[in-house]
Amino acid sequence: MAKQHDRDPIESGCPDGLQYMHPVMRRNYGNWAYHEDPRPGVLKHVAHGGDAIWTVRAGTQRILDVFTLRKLCDIGDRYADGYVRFTIRSNIEYMVGDESKVMPLISALEDAGFVVGGTKNSVTMISHTQGWLHCDIPGTDASGVVKAMMDELIGEFKNWNMPNRVHITTSCCQINCGGQGDIAINVQHTKPPKINHDLVSNVCERPSVVARCPVAAIRPAIVNGKPSLEVDEKKCICCGACYPPCPPMQINDPEHTKLAIWVGGNHSNARGKPTFQKLVAAGIPNNPPRWPEATAVVKKILQTYKEDAKDWERINDWIERIGWPRFFELTELPFTKYHIDNWLGARRSLNASTHIRF
Amino acid sequence: MTKQTHPTPMLDELEKGPWPSFISGIKRLRDQHPDGRVSGVANDLLGQLEHSYETRKGYWKGGTVSVFGYGSGIIPRFSEVGSAFPASKEFHTLRVQPPAGNYYTTDSLRQLAESWEKWGSGLVTFHGQTGNIMFIGASTENTQHFFDDINEYGWDLGGAGPCVRTGQSCVGSARCEQSNIDEMRVHRTLLNNFTDDVHRPSLPYKFKFKVSGCPNDCMNSIERSDFAIIGTWRDDMKVEQKEVKEYVAKKGRQYIVDNVIARCPTKALSLAEDDTLEVDNRNCVRCMHCLNVMPKALSPGDDKGATLLLGGKRTLKIGDLMGTVIVPFIKLETPEDYERLVEIAENTIDFWAENGLEHERCGEMIERIGLVNFLEGIGLDVDPNMITDPRTSSYVRTDDWEDEAARWFEHKQSRQAATA
Repeated sequence: MAKQHDRDPIESGCPDGLQYMHPVMRRNYGNWAYHEDPRPGVLKHVAHGGDAIWTVRAGTQRILDVFTLRKLCDIGDRYADGYVRFTIRSNIEYMVGDESKVMPLISALEDAGFVVGGTKNSVTMISHTQGWLHCDIPGTDASGVVKAMMDELIGEFKNWNMPNRVHITTSCCQINCGGQGDIAINVQHTKPPKINHDLVSNVCERPSVVARCPVAAIRPAIVNGKPSLEVDEKKCICCGACYPPCPPMQINDPEHTKLAIWVGGNHSNARGKPTFQKLVAAGIPNNPPRWPEATAVVKKILQTYKEDAKDWERINDWIERIGWPRFFELTELPFTKYHIDNWLGARRSLNASTHIRF
Repeated sequence: MTKQTHPTPMLDELEKGPWPSFISGIKRLRDQHPDGRVSGVANDLLGQLEHSYETRKGYWKGGTVSVFGYGSGIIPRFSEVGSAFPASKEFHTLRVQPPAGNYYTTDSLRQLAESWEKWGSGLVTFHGQTGNIMFIGASTENTQHFFDDINEYGWDLGGAGPCVRTGQSCVGSARCEQSNIDEMRVHRTLLNNFTDDVHRPSLPYKFKFKVSGCPNDCMNSIERSDFAIIGTWRDDMKVEQKEVKEYVAKKGRQYIVDNVIARCPTKALSLAEDDTLEVDNRNCVRCMHCLNVMPKALSPGDDKGATLLLGGKRTLKIGDLMGTVIVPFIKLETPEDYERLVEIAENTIDFWAENGLEHERCGEMIERIGLVNFLEGIGLDVDPNMITDPRTSSYVRTDDWEDEAARWFEHKQSRQAATA
């Protein structure tokens, strides 16, 4: 029986940010003139009236325990003005109205083990999903992949060595909650789901599972005398879309669930229109606890980009200039038949011209 | 208190290296937290996570958990290996809506931390990919208690499931010179108009609003939201020629030509002999690149507003879709402007709720029925800003061409009258 509650929720919705905003920001709301980048991890914004605010940005472990959260608050009270915000890549930002507070704040953050950086043309924090820690369908862990990778990219987080900013994302299944990125490290399944036919009829709403399949490879069937589902394995693209609505169709596999790497996703409208990321590498082992093979590919791509791209070119801009053949040549990644799209609208991705770089 | 801790040889590897370690954080809860409930949950959570690392499999299952009065906002998680790790066998996440723009005082964070260690695991993320504060790990019973606590002092749950989801807006007017709209107001006006649709899932699938103050689109709204509101301007961009000259003097002519002039996507820029910048504003597409390079010299104009794009989403089911323009420009200043924005959002959600298939995002519905049917459904006129190119296939019926052409001229006239 349901428990009794006499308290109706207060449907207050999204709170007003103004009540938590630094007074200098509140005072100059909508009235900012320009910004400067005094050093990596620090922004200086100047308002039309002459007020200035300094922001210090730091990377954290993202999955914060209350001890760490309080440590971040202590630093905010002692070295800043008690006002913070978070970027959508889960970096914390402290705002101070006085330039003399910037260096002590940076020292306090670094002494406490946080990493100041992630602004301008750096590799900022990897945006990631829940993974084995909390998701119901993950093929890998998210926090672990990111921790292992940021250990190696920390120098790029703290400095401005890249031609333009680099946004990396990870996702633990092919739904890709991590979203588009200059580089995306995503799970890629390579075998059809293994079906526990004893459970399907009890657990799954079969018509909606059939409807969920992007390639119509699932059909109802009677297996061992019970209503179940079967998969046409020749049609199956191993995407795992059937697994969330039907957990007995297990898609994750310790051996056959791999990682793939995609590049060139860019949300901004700057220069060109926003772009989707493209597959460049697959079949990378899903290798906890530190996923060294995936990190090696990411580092190789970053190194090549750093050496070959021009100022202000994001990874997609760079590849548009040099072309895909040179990208594969420079990164030494293999080009395979799997790189050629065969999804809806795929012909638009083919080269219908004689434009070829020799 | 001494108790046995699960061995975690694989997770221990993630305590090495210079980046802050989430494993060390969970261990702090296990080893140092005074409340035995919190430390016990952390211990069993580490045990299950180690088991995942060893077997390369996840062991959480969904279910149905909500708080009284709502059908949304909780991500239920029950462990499949709960008998081995009983303290964390119920480990639900509460999605809580952050303030628009993600601002906090340290006091507000401390207050949340206190409630969370009283009822939950003590693990929290600012923020999840949709934009919620993720309070990760509460038992079914404590989910209600935690919500009651924080709801009393001003926090409310976000969306989960087929409903309007928590929104996101950029720092915008609060700190950024490129802002063209009041992002927080747009965010809160829209989200808080749909509170019922956030808390009670009854739509075909998820529906997300994201607000960016300029076309840099720091909220990733074109690709990651069903309804993107992006600030822009209609008049000429502002040029401080003195600052342009200083920039040229500092960086050199070649740098400016290579990195500003040559990177303009519509070739709308030219560097004059006297090191001033000439802008062909009629052909500027507001891409933001030159403003990003020279923020002191270049700024958005004064006639500000927003472009609305509809239908962005990721892979499931038909493949990735970007949002596409449905309103090239809308002013967002007066209460009437905001009413119009809400009206467009309401018409969109109503039409999609009526016509979308189960588990079909708004963009997928538009892909299925065509943009024109959708526009007619929500009462918007076609506009050449909505397309990259006109159709290339001749397989189309054009019976009512003259009526449609007359309609175009009529709208053109009324638009001209409105702006005159």
